[in-house]
Amino acid sequence: MGAQLRVYRQKIKSAQTTKKITRAMELISASRIQKAKARVAASTPFARAITQAVSAVATYSNVAHVLTTEPEKIERAAVVIFASDRGLAGAFSSQVLREAESLSELLRGQGKDIVYFLVGRKAVAYFSFRRRPSEQVWTGSTDQPDYETAREISDALLEAFLREADDGGVDEIHVVFNRFVSMVTQVPQVVRLLPLEVVEGVEEPGENQVLPLYEFEPDVETVLDSLLPVYIESRIFNSMLQSAAAEHAARQKAMQSASDNADKLIKDFTRLSNNARQTEITSQISEIVGGADALSSAKN
Amino acid sequence: MAGTPLTVSVVAADHEVWSGEASMVVARTVEGQIGILPGHEPMLAILASGEVRVTLSGGEKVVAEAADGFLSVANNVVTIVARKAELV
Repeated sequence: MGAQLRVYRQKIKSAQTTKKITRAMELISASRIQKAKARVAASTPFARAITQAVSAVATYSNVAHVLTTEPEKIERAAVVIFASDRGLAGAFSSQVLREAESLSELLRGQGKDIVYFLVGRKAVAYFSFRRRPSEQVWTGSTDQPDYETAREISDALLEAFLREADDGGVDEIHVVFNRFVSMVTQVPQVVRLLPLEVVEGVEEPGENQVLPLYEFEPDVETVLDSLLPVYIESRIFNSMLQSAAAEHAARQKAMQSASDNADKLIKDFTRLSNNARQTEITSQISEIVGGADALSSAKN
Repeated sequence: MAGTPLTVSVVAADHEVWSGEASMVVARTVEGQIGILPGHEPMLAILASGEVRVTLSGGEKVVAEAADGFLSVANNVVTIVARKAELV
């Protein structure tokens, strides 16, 4: 067998093995997307109920609470980045990191220090490669987030938030995550968690619908004190679930195009190897014919 | 107002536990038991861990165990939001 032919055969083999892997990953992601989407949908009633309660309290606005009032001067901001644990998901992690970078630039421009909280190995790798510090990291469950992790994250965030700025506490919390829009679109999104902003996306009362005056039990401060951590938790959990669904969708898309590319490579190399084989045969035939010719002319 | 039933939903952190129409909801807040009938004034209360009893219009009862959550009432919509909640 000719050297050229052998090279082509090797390339075909390698493309075939790669295709097996990418195809398998594509199928796995495709099957997990549905589950991830269902979890997002299942957590929505909770998020909606909490958000309604929070907006009710916020509308009942003669309450001054540390979590709702804007500090006069913001010295330090926390940025929570939700990336993925594994690669091979197209631009999933890089687009969220890029978004976080531009947010950081903006915040630094306003004279704020930034502390990072990272979720997902890719974000951690990005930071450690650039030797940049991060306050706290969580890894290992970005594709199937659980509520415990969300609780840990929000506890850490609240703790940093409630600490005085002189002790390294933060006055502002932002989250950056990929929002699942559809199977083909995932958009990196920045949301400011604290101090509270009017929450977009979740049902807001209609224009002619007046929010009623609430009665609070036991009293407003206590309700706020225990409501806001839960609110943060549910927002964090929701971000994690969104990010997980987006990760699966991104991976499925990336792996699908990788499989398609492998298919194309296999086809191209098969053509080339056929060509090489044919050339080889042709040259062998012409050698035989030439040899036979030489023999018969030698007899005469 | 009293004629319209309450719309009740019991939600846990990761799923909706129960939702439907009811004539009365009895829950335990940190201040004690509270019963809610249609037309109740808007309210937001912290739940103590314990039972939430929902009496349906037909008289049947649905009992759920809820801990660590809130009870909100507005416009005959009762929402029980708890980190942990399950039907008993």
